[in-house]
Amino acid sequence: MVEQKVVDPDYLILEAPRERKFITGSQAFAEAIKRANVDIAIAYPITPQSETMHLVGDLWAQGYVKDYYRAEEEYGAMSAIAGAVRGGARAFSATSGPGLLRGLEAIVSWPGHRIPAVLGVMTRVVNAPLSIQPDNVEIAYLLHSGLIVLHAENQQDVFDFTLAGFPISEKVDVYLPVVVATEGFFVTHAKGYVELPPEDMKLPPRDPYKAPVPPTDCEIPPARIQRDAPVQKSNFMSYLIHAVWQQEVWSANERARKWIKHYLGGLVEVVNPKAEVFIVASGCAAAQGREAQRYAEMEGLNVGLVKVKSIRPFPAQELREILKDAKAIIVPEHNIVGWLCKEVKAVIPNGERVVEGPRVYGGMTLPVELIMDEIYRVLGIKKEKKTLV
Amino acid sequence: MKRYNIRIAGVGGQGVVTSAHILGNAMSAAGKYATLVPFFGSEKRMAPVEAYVRVSDQPIYEVGEVVYPNVIMIYHPQVITHGKSYTMPFYTGLKEGGMVIINSDADIIPDEDRKVLEELDARIFYIPATQIAREIAGTELATNMAMIGLFFGITKLVSLEHIEKALIERFLGGTFVASGGTTALDSAIEKKFKKKQELLAKNMEVIKYTIRMAEENAWCEEEEEKIAT
Repeated sequence: MVEQKVVDPDYLILEAPRERKFITGSQAFAEAIKRANVDIAIAYPITPQSETMHLVGDLWAQGYVKDYYRAEEEYGAMSAIAGAVRGGARAFSATSGPGLLRGLEAIVSWPGHRIPAVLGVMTRVVNAPLSIQPDNVEIAYLLHSGLIVLHAENQQDVFDFTLAGFPISEKVDVYLPVVVATEGFFVTHAKGYVELPPEDMKLPPRDPYKAPVPPTDCEIPPARIQRDAPVQKSNFMSYLIHAVWQQEVWSANERARKWIKHYLGGLVEVVNPKAEVFIVASGCAAAQGREAQRYAEMEGLNVGLVKVKSIRPFPAQELREILKDAKAIIVPEHNIVGWLCKEVKAVIPNGERVVEGPRVYGGMTLPVELIMDEIYRVLGIKKEKKTLV
Repeated sequence: MKRYNIRIAGVGGQGVVTSAHILGNAMSAAGKYATLVPFFGSEKRMAPVEAYVRVSDQPIYEVGEVVYPNVIMIYHPQVITHGKSYTMPFYTGLKEGGMVIINSDADIIPDEDRKVLEELDARIFYIPATQIAREIAGTELATNMAMIGLFFGITKLVSLEHIEKALIERFLGGTFVASGGTTALDSAIEKKFKKKQELLAKNMEVIKYTIRMAEENAWCEEEEEKIAT
């Protein structure tokens, strides 16, 4: 283990010199955890998450992570994360697809219990027929509980989002769990270039007293409402408490915007802001969209890309502004329901401009050629193809 | 922009995934760009295996399996003759003006497939890679090295020192994360060669031989010739 000195989060994340490495997404998760001063990691293995948590287990063996164990299954793992965080620890877990849904009951209760933690989600098919490939429909299940949900495009994003996830999560005006989602295999098991700050630096330890609510006093919320649930009072007390509590959770979620801007440079990234046609995408679909944007530019077409980094909070205002003059908006996705497409349509005027796709199912790759086909179609360009598919 | 989207098809035990890593590492050593995705099916000897590598002198954003390759590398003739492949027929998705490198000492492409490949203006290179591996390295386990050598011989993307650096990283470095199956295979290879150093030297000889083969046959590409779209 390298001797690590504590540095300011702003220095470690934004200013420290960085060195380029060629590593997998799983390794990128582990490199972030190595520098995050994590007290405890708890998980249950599932493909494609296993490699990440194996590497985090290695970090425990080396001394970078103070405690580590394999839980009985995901419900236990995610409940234990809540317990560890309530006890004052900085915690990390990760899961995939069916594992995520198994742990979901505990996970969606984290925001209301004000549990600052980071959860890695390496997407995997959840709907039948069974597959281990990176369909990302599971992200839709995470959008309505107050969790902060970041969607990483590549290995670099995995590192940056995970490391920044801890300070964002622990800000007193946020104090919510952060999900760092990325596509399994395409990112986790593939290598990419990642700029890493020095390994002899780490975040300051979590200060559990720097919190909107004291961490361990059972007479005060949030512990009080878990120990002594409002359901035991009158129904009307229960409704009232629930309303103010959840309104505060969602306000806190909105307040995360400024910290996402501070640490990650914004909720969206825009390529070619004056474009006629935009691709709006998140995660790996943004990588495919970035490639399509480049090919379109090489062909002299005025196409732009909006990468949505943060799904919750959702960049509604940003999208309204960027897309106000767009002729067509193409939303490529790695799932059958089109959750991002629905989100985009809900926040912009003239929703008929939105092309609902292309979409791929069951974790299939999203060929850039499918996005190019949509670009040609909306611009009225006809292409002859000999390629057999 | 020089860009190759490669699909490698072979059978379990031929080092398809290993060679994808070496292709990527060599590009990285040369200060260029590569991304790779192994196909995760069930891993077993002689079962179909596919791996996908994208290499370029520019950053690569795209991820996932290569559905529309401009390079197809066939490591085992049975991919074509027995249909041992996840992608059928083997040239599915090949772009116009692409190349196909086939490990075979005989012409094995059926007439109707040849017609399609001609229409696509594909360049087809045959190389007896297994035979070369057996003769030079003394084992057919170096088949993948012969294939890599020919690819770099044709494309001139990296120099020998970069390939050697990639081999050192793969066989002598401690950073590679392998699956259980691949680790077992590694120890089998090691026993066969006794020493890792010797393995490295033999592999390099095979690579040098097939690079020379590309040069002698004038298969090498001009600089900046290929632009993928």
